[in-house]
Amino acid sequence: MSTNDPTSRPAMAEFEKVLVRSDTKVVEFDDERPTPVMRLQRALHSQPTVIPGIVLLMGVLFFSAVVGERFLDPFNLSLIVQQVTIIGILGIAQTIVVLTAGIDLSVGAIMVLSSVVMGKLAVGAGLPAPLAVTAGLFVGALCGWINGVLVTYVRLPPFIVTLGTWSVFFALNLWYSESETIRAQDIETDAPLLQFFGTAIEIGPARFTYGSIFMLLMCLLFAYVLNRTAWGRHVTAVGDDADSARLAGIRTERTLVSVYTLAGLVCGFAGWALIGRIGSVSPQAGQTGNLDSITAVVIGGTSLFGGRGSILGTLIGALIVGLFRNGLALSGVNVLWQEFTVGILIIVAVAIDQWLRKVSS
Amino acid sequence: MSASITSTTPAPGSSHPGSPVPVLQARGLVKRWGRVTAMDHADFDLMPGEILAVIGDNGAGKSTLIKALTGAVLPDHGEIRLNGEVVRFTSPQEARTAGIETVYQNLALSPALSIADNMFLGRELRVKGFLGDWFRMLDKAEMQKIARQKLSELGLMTIQNIGQLVETLSGGQRQGVAIARAAAFGSRVVIMDEPTAALGVKESRRVLELILDVKRKGMPIVLISHNMPHVSRSRIESISTVSAAATASSTRSRSPCRMPSRS
Repeated sequence: MSTNDPTSRPAMAEFEKVLVRSDTKVVEFDDERPTPVMRLQRALHSQPTVIPGIVLLMGVLFFSAVVGERFLDPFNLSLIVQQVTIIGILGIAQTIVVLTAGIDLSVGAIMVLSSVVMGKLAVGAGLPAPLAVTAGLFVGALCGWINGVLVTYVRLPPFIVTLGTWSVFFALNLWYSESETIRAQDIETDAPLLQFFGTAIEIGPARFTYGSIFMLLMCLLFAYVLNRTAWGRHVTAVGDDADSARLAGIRTERTLVSVYTLAGLVCGFAGWALIGRIGSVSPQAGQTGNLDSITAVVIGGTSLFGGRGSILGTLIGALIVGLFRNGLALSGVNVLWQEFTVGILIIVAVAIDQWLRKVSS
Repeated sequence: MSASITSTTPAPGSSHPGSPVPVLQARGLVKRWGRVTAMDHADFDLMPGEILAVIGDNGAGKSTLIKALTGAVLPDHGEIRLNGEVVRFTSPQEARTAGIETVYQNLALSPALSIADNMFLGRELRVKGFLGDWFRMLDKAEMQKIARQKLSELGLMTIQNIGQLVETLSGGQRQGVAIARAAAFGSRVVIMDEPTAALGVKESRRVLELILDVKRKGMPIVLISHNMPHVSRSRIESISTVSAAATASSTRSRSPCRMPSRS
């Protein structure tokens, strides 16, 4: 391309003369030689679920060595899956919110409120169970929508919004339930559909509730939605850099509101699964759900700064917590060391995330 | 600043019969923010197949002019014509649908997504048939194929992996992806806002070559810059200078425009 040769052009300005000998190549996509540590950092950065996967594997190996038979018993392993059912479902809701660089402290409160609505309508008001369940799910989605509108249109920080709605939803829950538990027997006679997720199938000695299976299916569904649909890509883009996403033609406000609403709906499903898990409807149940779901998300390698993470990671994160709790309990260690270990895991997970985030800079 | 341009053509607005219709044209654009006049009767002509440079100091009104053209700002007065037809964009999406693509100064890329995902951000392709209609499944293979093809058209295809995350790319490479995206989807005009502002000397040079490649494909380009050397390197056909709070005056040169050497 002759016109590209700077020397052929007359009246070249003084400052251009140095360019004669300079590189004329167009932009290239070549990599500089990375050091092994950098390469490891990049590999882990692009596959954030590798570390939680390794931790889970090491946990299994460790406890099977320390506890042995009783830990590896299929019944015990399936029990771990049962124990993480609720946290797993709440973790899905939490993951999509955290992916947008937000946080939802109200997931547990939404879950309990939904379950109370289902119970009160089906048992107290005598509504048909499918209708009561639908109403409960709707209340969950509505709560999420309120969070979404406050975050998106009123432009309040997600932490503050959901800290506030946590109290509000919990208070509403106490008011509506009149702080009374609906007994398991009453649900069983009036609306057995509410306990649907408590039904279990036995595969040999292993025991899986419909709730755990539902949790796994939800994980698959949301992994698909996040990776394989435009909406999922938009959620990542909005969490990564909202301004860029807007300029790239994504309707960021709509995406954000839809994320919070969907998270609320998922919490509604968690409320339904909660009834199956504990049998009754209690306004005091699931108190630790808020923070446990964040724990699962963080240990699962999802970045609290948004844009990076996965549902699979959250599932592994929830399983890690369940595994360590179960393993330590079987080892006969004092319960306080369970909390201690989970705390260490959170700090290590966030430290690793910070280190990995340096790749982009 | 307009004094520094070598040859000039008649004042904007006087269109001779038989002369080509400007791809993008603005007449008498005014934008006021309260008592501040950001843009005072700006005129603007972009002819087919040319690069038009918009030059001006910070705060001169370059951005306002460009935002008016891309629908990000609604002008108070004046009209914009696309291929001779009056258009009125109320959002960037509308301008984009009309075929005006913009490479923003911050590139509008999402670092956590892959190159292919970024190129199709906001206009993803879905799989044909049942999976696409009911499960809204993305056609990743097709998007990657097109992205690869578009990048190689611009000579950017020494890239090994189209699934590489944008955050692993250098500044110049990211600029390359952003320009390739605009060139791939812009059917009428590509507008580039300070494409070399954040780059080093060497990368700037490469990006300027890239801009020429886009032009060679026949795409008219609006180049916003306050870097005269870069503008002159891009073989600009015409330059609009924007002076403070001001009228954009258009100057046209037949031959590639360049800076006169300072004596």
